[in-house]
Amino acid sequence: MAKPIYQEFTKGLWKEIPPFRLVLGLCPVLGVTTSVENGIGMGLATTFVLLCSNILVSLLRKVIPSKVRIACFIIIIATFVIVVEQVMKAFVYDLYNTLGVFIPLIVVNCVVLGRAEAFASKNGIFRSILDGLGIGIGFTLSLGALGLVREFLGKGTITVWGEPFFEGPIVNLVESMPSFVPFEFMVQAPGAFVALGLMLAVMNLIPSK
Amino acid sequence: MEYFEIIIAGIFVNNILLAQFLGNCPFLGTSKKMETAVGMSMAVVFVLVMAGVITWIIFHKILDPNKLVYLRTITFILVIASLVQFVEMFLKKSIPALYAGLGIFLPLITTNCAVMGACVINIDKELTFLQALVASFAYAVGFGLALILFAGVRERVLLARVPKPLQDTSIALVIAGVISLSFYAFQGMVQAVI
Repeated sequence: MAKPIYQEFTKGLWKEIPPFRLVLGLCPVLGVTTSVENGIGMGLATTFVLLCSNILVSLLRKVIPSKVRIACFIIIIATFVIVVEQVMKAFVYDLYNTLGVFIPLIVVNCVVLGRAEAFASKNGIFRSILDGLGIGIGFTLSLGALGLVREFLGKGTITVWGEPFFEGPIVNLVESMPSFVPFEFMVQAPGAFVALGLMLAVMNLIPSK
Repeated sequence: MEYFEIIIAGIFVNNILLAQFLGNCPFLGTSKKMETAVGMSMAVVFVLVMAGVITWIIFHKILDPNKLVYLRTITFILVIASLVQFVEMFLKKSIPALYAGLGIFLPLITTNCAVMGACVINIDKELTFLQALVASFAYAVGFGLALILFAGVRERVLLARVPKPLQDTSIALVIAGVISLSFYAFQGMVQAVI
């Protein structure tokens, strides 16, 4: 407990950034990162669930009997996933359709359950909020970064939150450079594994401290 | 014929691990040794088929008629978690040999997104009961096939000299990409409902 409190937040951004340093929750990382927009949308949905479940688990940590704690955590997480599902269905229906099965699957995302078990069930509410926010934002950034690499190479575009704020993609190599041929492998299924594997290797090159 | 198409689509074309990216945590976690990979595959086949059938019945006979569709996620995860517990207790009592083999992998299945994912896909694609049963089986076999193939390659890689930054998970993901590429060749083989 000697660690300064701000470190609970910053560790999620670099030292323990989810899919790279902690290799957890890979399914959405591989599944939805065909574009920056999808990656960030998925990341934000996960952050919301992570933050809320961290708060509730931390508040209830002295009430929940340790033998049934995993079941309790899963119910808490599932409740917030339903909230996210309904809200996304109401306000961002297109994104909800693109992410499809991965939204209900936040329930079984190891990052969320892992933080509840490893952090929130042992720490106070303030630290848990910082931890949830840090890890959540780190997860969002990684999904965004992987989405950026895959979309840029695979489609030659960068789309940041298409319709409400910008019209279409902000960078479009296919239009601005007619000789450019997208490396389509990157947005297809095998490309996801290879791109993530190579990004992990790049992260391993940089020391974590 | 229709069910045959579903089986081909589930195992090869829409392989749940390599084409739909579900269940990657156990894919990377249990593939270091062939024995654990086989154990995990068997456990998944066992649980996924049962979960697929039970969640289909619950969704179409209880949730849908009572307009409780929004409770799908929480119901499914509870069904899967209790099913896993139940299967574990049942095997321990009546088939100890099988329990000894699957033992440690069963609890892990609760958080295996392949199981939950397949159940949700069955509902989303509006499959009939028999289609859902066949599809769950095909997905589970596809999961097992990919996992066992991957474990075989990964055991060999342990003996190879891999550059330092690429070691362990990183090289495993690149290998998974190559295996996924070989499954990609099945794309367009059948135009099935799943």
